[in-house]
Order: sequence, then C-alpha cells, then structure tokens
Amino acid sequence: MFGVFWCILTRDLTLALRRGTDVLTTLFFFVIVVSLFPLGVGTEREVLEELGPGVVWVAALLASMLALERLFAADYEDGTLEQMLLTFQPLSLLVLAKIAAHWLLTGLPLVLIAPLVGMQYHLSDTAIWVMMLALLIGTPVLSLIGAIGAALTLGLRGGGILLSLLILPLYIPVLVYGAGAVTVSRIEFTDTQPYFALLAAFLLVALVFAPVAASAALKISLE
Amino acid sequence: MLEVTKLECRRGDRQLFAGLDFVVGAGTLLHVRGRNGSGKTTLLRTLCGLFAPDAGEVRWRGESIRELGEDYHRDLLYFGHLNGIKCDLTGMENLAIGATLDGDRVDQSAILEALRRMGLTGFEDLPTRLLSQGQKKRVALARLVLNRSPLWVLDEPFTALDLDAVTLLQGLIADHVAGGGLAVLTTHQEVPLTSGQAERLDLGG
Amino acid sequence: MALNWFRFASPAAFYPLAGRLIPLFWVLTVLALALGLYWGFFETADRLGGGNPQKEYYRIIFIHVPSAWMSMWLYVVMVSWAAIGLVFNTRLSFMMAKAIAPTGAIFTFLALWTGAFWGRPSWGTYWDWDPRLTSELALFFMYIGYIALHSAIDDARRADRASALLAIVGLVMVPVIFWSINCPDPNQCAALHQRSNLTTIEGNILFAMLTMTFAFWMYSFATSLMRLRSIILMRESESLWVRELATIGGRA
Repeated sequence: MFGVFWCILTRDLTLALRRGTDVLTTLFFFVIVVSLFPLGVGTEREVLEELGPGVVWVAALLASMLALERLFAADYEDGTLEQMLLTFQPLSLLVLAKIAAHWLLTGLPLVLIAPLVGMQYHLSDTAIWVMMLALLIGTPVLSLIGAIGAALTLGLRGGGILLSLLILPLYIPVLVYGAGAVTVSRIEFTDTQPYFALLAAFLLVALVFAPVAASAALKISLE
Repeated sequence: MLEVTKLECRRGDRQLFAGLDFVVGAGTLLHVRGRNGSGKTTLLRTLCGLFAPDAGEVRWRGESIRELGEDYHRDLLYFGHLNGIKCDLTGMENLAIGATLDGDRVDQSAILEALRRMGLTGFEDLPTRLLSQGQKKRVALARLVLNRSPLWVLDEPFTALDLDAVTLLQGLIADHVAGGGLAVLTTHQEVPLTSGQAERLDLGG
Repeated sequence: MALNWFRFASPAAFYPLAGRLIPLFWVLTVLALALGLYWGFFETADRLGGGNPQKEYYRIIFIHVPSAWMSMWLYVVMVSWAAIGLVFNTRLSFMMAKAIAPTGAIFTFLALWTGAFWGRPSWGTYWDWDPRLTSELALFFMYIGYIALHSAIDDARRADRASALLAIVGLVMVPVIFWSINCPDPNQCAALHQRSNLTTIEGNILFAMLTMTFAFWMYSFATSLMRLRSIILMRESESLWVRELATIGGRA
C-alpha cells in the first residue's frame, strides 16, 4: 500500500523537478499578488498590519487554486490517469499521493516564503509564526478540497475559471479561521488555539473524505 | 471467461449498440470490427469498467465487474488510444512505475529485457519525449511483455507501428492467446494465431 | 390496485403527468400569493413602526424571509434528487435536480436583493456583512457553481453526474461555511448565537409569512416542472414518444 503511495509521490515530484518552472510559477504568483496590494491600498504601516493576514490568505487561496488546474490535467492528457483508474490499487490512495505531491510543490513553498511576506506587511514575529503554522495546516485542506473541483472540471473548456467558481466558496471556512488566527495573535497569542483546533479538524476530515470524493469525480470525468 | 449480456450503450442521445451478447473464453481472440463511430472504443471501455453501460452487464468469471471492482482490474490490461506514458520519464522509469501500479514485482533486468524485445535497445534511458511516435508506442507496448494479466483489451494497438513492430505485436498477442489468455481488440490488421481460436464481432451492421 | 410509483420514474410517463399538474400549481401560487401579500400588507399590526409610517418597510420580510427559506430548502431538495440519481442511476432524478437549480438561485438572489432593500433604510447601507446575508451570498455562489458546471459539460450524462457530486460536496460544506461566517471568532461563539423562535412572532405576521412560503413552494413546483418538461423533451428528442408527440402537435 505504502509502496504505491510512495511510487506516485516520487513520480510526480520527479516530473515537476524535471519541468522546473511549474513549481516557481505558483510561488511567484503568490509573491506578486501579495506585493501588489500595498501599491493599491497605500503603504501606511497600520493599514498593512490590519490587512496583512487577509491578503496573504486570499493570495494563498488564489495561488493554490491556479496550481490545482494542472493537478490531474497532464495525466489526463497522456492517458496515465486512465491507467491509474484501471489498476487494482484503491484510486483514492493514488489520488491522495498526487495531492500530497502537489501540496509539497505548491503549498509548502508558500509556507516557507511566509516570513518574507509577513515582513512586507510589518507583522510581528509571533504573527509570522502563527501565519506559518496556519498556512501549514490550512494549505493542505485547500489542495484536498480543490482536488475535487480539479477532478470535476477535467478536460473542460475554460476549466480554470470554472474551477475557481466551484471551489472558492468552499474555501471560505479555511480563509476565515486561517486569517482569523493571525489577526487574533496580534492581540492575544493564547486565543489562537481554537483556530488551530478548527483548522486541524478540517484537515483531518478533508484527508478522509476529499480523496474519496475526488476519485469518484475522476471516474465520472473519465467515462 | 468474459461474458457480456444485453449490453446497451449510448453517447449523448445516440444509441451505439443495444442487446449485445457474447462470450469470450480462455484462449480466444475477439476481433471487434465496425466503421468509425460504431462504438468500438465505447465497447472496449465498457468491458474495462471505465464506462457504465445504460443496460446489461459485463461478467468476469461469472461475477459482475461492477461488484468485482478493483479485483477485476488485477486481471485486466487495457491499452487505449493514449499511450499512458510520461514524456519526461525514461522508458525504464515508465515501465517500473507501471509495474508497481500493477502490483508486479519486476526487476531492472526484466524491464531491460522487455525494452530490448520491443527493439528499443539504446533508448532505455532517454526521456520518451525524445522518441518518435512509433518508439513511444513501443515503450507503451512493452507493458504487454511484463504484464501477467489474463485479459487484454487493446484499442487499435497497431496504429503508428512499422512493419517490424506489427509482426512483433502480432507475435505477442498470439503467444498470449496460445497461453490461454483472452484478448479483445479493435484493429484493421489481421492477427494470425498460432493456436487458440479467433472470433469476430461486427458492430453497427 | 397497487400503485406503481416507479411508473413515473420514466420520463415518458412523467411528462404528461407534469403537464397536468402545472396549471394546478400555478393556480395555487396565484391564490396564496394574493392572500399572503394582502394579509402581510393590510392585516398585520404596525408593530415595528409603532405608528411611524417610515418603518413600514419592515413588510419586506414577507418576501425576504420566505425566499431565504426557499433558497435553503431548494438546495436540499436539489441535492436529494442528485443523490438519488447517483445511487439509483435514474435519469429523471438528475433532470429534476437540474430543473430546480435556477429556481433556487432566483430565490437566493431575491433574498439578497430584498435584504439590500431592507438594509438601506435600517442600516443606512445596501450591503452590510451581516452573517445571514453573507451566508446567503455563499449559497448563491454554490447555485451558480452547480449551474455553471452543468452547462460547461457537453455530455449530458457526465454533466448530470459531475454536478450531482458537486452539489453533494456543497451540501456537506454548507453548514461549515455558514458556521464559519456566523462565528468567525471561535472564542466567543456562544455569545453570538442568534436565536429565533417562530412562536414568538405575532400571529398575523406569521400567517402572512407562512402563506407566502406556501406560495413560493407552489411557484417552485410549477417552474421546476415546466423546466423539467423542456429538459425531458430536449434529452429524449430522439425517442419514439417525443417524435409521436411532435407529429401530433404538428397536425393539431
């Protein structure tokens, strides 16, 4: 079981590293969106401190969603996805491996770049740590939920725009509590605990159900 | 043994076929024929369980493939219009991943041997994107050498192959059928068998 | 005589039945609408206003609240049909889900619109990030997502099944989304909890509101069935009974 998971995970990582650019595109998209906001809303310190958590999370949402479009698309185009459906391995396990690889390539870099972005918005050290932790728990949820949408819109014209229409409303809870945790940490650090508990609960539930729903969606899309 | 009873498939509001009954026994090659758009590919995808029929069912060894689910896939090898190989991986890597997913324990030498048999000596370690169309197809078809599934479902396996490769593939299929395997394929090419029996199915009148 | 419910699961049998039911639902819609609006406008006490004619705008709740209720109910009904379709593989259930979606979206929009009209005089702004309005907005997005996915897929079968799955995922997420909007700060959730109780509402207001809800239900039945009939005709245009219907209609 684990061997198969590992096989798909390393396969997707190898492929992404051989392509190279795909990984950086998401990261730079995130950085650019975050950097553009101060140019639009002004660079006053208080305003940026206030907006920072929300802006970073919305940018993370958009970046994760843009990357999701390619989650199954390449495998769909060359027929390897079809072959995965026809192996006797549980499809949700393969899907989970693909999501894991995808998160490592697009979600994790956002977590790691967060301190830099936090400095742009004058966030305190505590707030930056809280933001990193919130992103670390929250972005996998985004990838998991988004995978369902990516599977549903597979091979459709204008799939990317459609995907955002389907998936962004479902991201609301993660956005609310992810950004909430950072905002609250500026006042009282200990208050952040329930936020993390909720985000972790979302992650656990998404880990169990999203791969199943995504593989059901893949079966529908590949008929 | 693969049994099909009262199978009906539609695409959109167009009925492709209905009331289709046939049985493919061990050591049999079923040659599905019909003009373009007669539903050959849909039939093959239905046999694999990729497409849910509108009526009727497909049974493998007496059990409905719907109920067998993933257990059925253990006995099945499907080769579709798409090669199912990654362009950025080498032939070796592609086959190794395929074998892991199929649950076969094959070592490097077996994969090398399979590639050699497909006439790809010297190309094992090149990313397949550098290979020609025919060579890519050969890499994909090397799965047939490695795979031990009793049921092969092959959709137009001969396209883009040169004469040598066609002979090679004909040999592979003939060996498979002679060894008691089942094969269902669509092709415009005749496949001479060494032993076992060949049957024909004509779709769409 | 045993009534065979499954007989009407076939589009060919359901089509004429729906045709006979639609006028009935329209009549009920008009009657209930007339009664509900009359009662809401002329028979309810001027409670909130306290004699102040400027507070008369509160009567918008006779449309606002029932349409908000309908928007949520119809989503559940739509998902139920979609789920039945996925489980039993019945074509008619998928068509039903598809037929309900636009009506649901219209009610969601109506709830948002009337909410804005209510907000302008009472809050001084058309839009405020009131949790209930924001939840309604999220629901509106879900309806739009369902409709958009369905129309983006050409193959009717894939469209039905894919959007059904999306609707089910949406239904699972809706409580979480509503909850996160209603309680953005988990440290003080209990204090924020809003309670409303139907029994505390004045009798005349409640009567008008329930009559309007009934009218909206009948309207939903009527429009969904009309939409369903046209979907059936489009989907089954190749089948014998539709062709016969067309020739009969052509002759008449």
